[in-house]
Amino acid sequence: MADGLSAHGLSVAIRDPDASLLAYLGSEKPDVVWPVLHGASGEDGALRDLLDMLGVSYVGSTADGTRLAWNKPVAKTLVNRSGVATPASITLSRDAFRELGAESVLSTVAESLGLPLVVKPAFGGSAQGVSWVHSTDELRGAMVHAFTYADSALVERQVLGVEVCVTIIDTGDGPRAIQAVEIEPLSGRYDFEARYTAGATRFYTPPRLGETVQATVHDHAVLAFHALGLRHLARIDFIVDSAGVPWFLEASTMPGLTETSSTVLALDAAGYEVGGVYSALVNSALASSAKS
Amino acid sequence: MMSPGSGISLDPWFDNYAERASGLTASEVRALFAVASRPEVVSLAGGMPFVSALSFDKVSASAQRVLTHHGASALQYGSGQGLPRLRERILDIMALEGIRASVDDIVVTTGSQQGLDLVAKLFINPGDAIIAESPSYVGAMGVFRSYQGSVEHVAMDEWGMIPHALVERIASLREAGTPIKFLYLIPNFQNPAGVTLSANRRLEILDIAKDNGILIIEDNPYGLLWFDEPPPHAIRSADDTGVIYLGSFSKTFAPGLRVGWVVAPHGIREKLVLASETAILSPSSFAQMIVADYLENNDWKGQIDIFRGIYQERRDAMNIALATHLPTIAHTSPTGGFYMWLTLPKGLDSKEMLPRAITELVAYTPGTAFFANGDGRANLRLSFCYPTPEFIEEGIKRLARVITEEIELLETFGPSTSAAPLARTLDAPPPEVN
Repeated sequence: MADGLSAHGLSVAIRDPDASLLAYLGSEKPDVVWPVLHGASGEDGALRDLLDMLGVSYVGSTADGTRLAWNKPVAKTLVNRSGVATPASITLSRDAFRELGAESVLSTVAESLGLPLVVKPAFGGSAQGVSWVHSTDELRGAMVHAFTYADSALVERQVLGVEVCVTIIDTGDGPRAIQAVEIEPLSGRYDFEARYTAGATRFYTPPRLGETVQATVHDHAVLAFHALGLRHLARIDFIVDSAGVPWFLEASTMPGLTETSSTVLALDAAGYEVGGVYSALVNSALASSAKS
Repeated sequence: MMSPGSGISLDPWFDNYAERASGLTASEVRALFAVASRPEVVSLAGGMPFVSALSFDKVSASAQRVLTHHGASALQYGSGQGLPRLRERILDIMALEGIRASVDDIVVTTGSQQGLDLVAKLFINPGDAIIAESPSYVGAMGVFRSYQGSVEHVAMDEWGMIPHALVERIASLREAGTPIKFLYLIPNFQNPAGVTLSANRRLEILDIAKDNGILIIEDNPYGLLWFDEPPPHAIRSADDTGVIYLGSFSKTFAPGLRVGWVVAPHGIREKLVLASETAILSPSSFAQMIVADYLENNDWKGQIDIFRGIYQERRDAMNIALATHLPTIAHTSPTGGFYMWLTLPKGLDSKEMLPRAITELVAYTPGTAFFANGDGRANLRLSFCYPTPEFIEEGIKRLARVITEEIELLETFGPSTSAAPLARTLDAPPPEVN
């Protein structure tokens, strides 16, 4: 990303998010910050709130939008209200199990949602803490696994189908969906290993879906972008079932931008010059701050 | 990258890799270690020696002398067996542990890890058994696995590997028709358990190995780092025909120089040299000369004394912190080396607990890293070599909070009833994690 921006004549300084960062921003006063920090503080809105306080412009969604997308259950609710399907689910805190008894909660969840299920920490990414559950016995371990990452977990009915992600870009003229990318993990599960082992997943651009279904996926991605109040750049993930219905899974306000990420694949496939898109996003961030 | 009809692969050669590369995948646990080096995290995970205790002036003087007086040869290829001058100094070091050998018996390697790799390359066919302690060094198991060997663990107690358990394991492997290629042992301040093999058992195990025609690989990086009294003499001191000895300057001097050595019986040594030349042509002449010069011109035994004092103080700090903050947790109390081995309360899982620990800003190595069979969830390894006593105290305090949280979770959900899946990758921190 830094290379792409530099190639477009922008001066880029890369900084780690450490204890000296805020002082650095205060003294150097960069025109724009592009937060690429994954995980908490990078994606829970905190860093963007601080940037707002410092009066520093940044690329990407506002603190509020980022917070809503970071919280998977909240994001599902908001996106669903905009008319986009999302898998049936329940969000459970550790306290719920403690107070109501684990056995009764687990059996109620398994009976009501049915199997298979996917259990995820309510916050986080990279499939960390995620388990795929095919029997009631596995559900207990999946909950414990998720609770080591967050105190709240999302239990979702697993929708079987084609996994696709859609990058949304908004450089000031409204959000537009870039070519969707189909994800096919060779192991069958898009888990941490499949995500970060080069070659363990195959990507298809365009996805092996009919044109009508692709158009629906793009439309629903834009709906999700609006529903969460996002800005500039996001990646929206879906499963498309055999009937062609896209089911919203989650939104990332800071999609990976390395040469191996699906967002870059999508931009390449759609014929964009990646550095040019990044540069346009920086200009958009500058324009956003000028307006405010 | 693009192949019509087959989609895009980020590694178009993915289907071409050898079977032995199948474990070289991304791992969630390894990703967690990526944050362990951040300053706010107290890392009790890695095994980085505290090299700041070295006199950099003295090391710098050695490097300067090497370049001034031997620059042309220091920057040139060298002997595949290693610099004779350094091999002579290695004899002095090994004499401290009772080993008598000749300069010709030694092969200098790029760290003793390369020695392990060479031995594995020479001996292991796919499916061969390698007997090791339970638990054992993750780096060795990774090498054995890469040659498609099968690590077979033998139980230890506070005096090291249990001889009758070894006899039973040999018998069961023989009965199953599995070839046993060697017995891998870390007799002193074992990694990860911190246990030292008793003098009697060294001889007993040597006899068992001889009786069964099994070669012993004696890996001894920590032997000189004793606290109260030296460990028993090396196994190699009692037998020069059936033992391959691995030594290293990584713990007693500087791992950044990557200099180790192998002492092997004549026939094996010849093949080791050829195998090493095939792999790397020759170990670094420059690094070998720096080590040799340092040993010749400095009080290296005094420097090891300094290291021992530092590590002993840190071991003591960890003992006190564990007694204060985790008084009911069972742990080994090593008399040297770098590591302590903890046994968690029943039902807790060290691998599952790691994300919470990282969130609490403390890192450790889950016990699963040290078993080839999926065991070790009830254990974890703590390193006391790198953090200061103050950081050790803080780290244990944080670990205590993590364990308390996990116990609460266990009380809510009860113990796991499903078997843990076998990890395809080893859950150990990369070498640069402190």
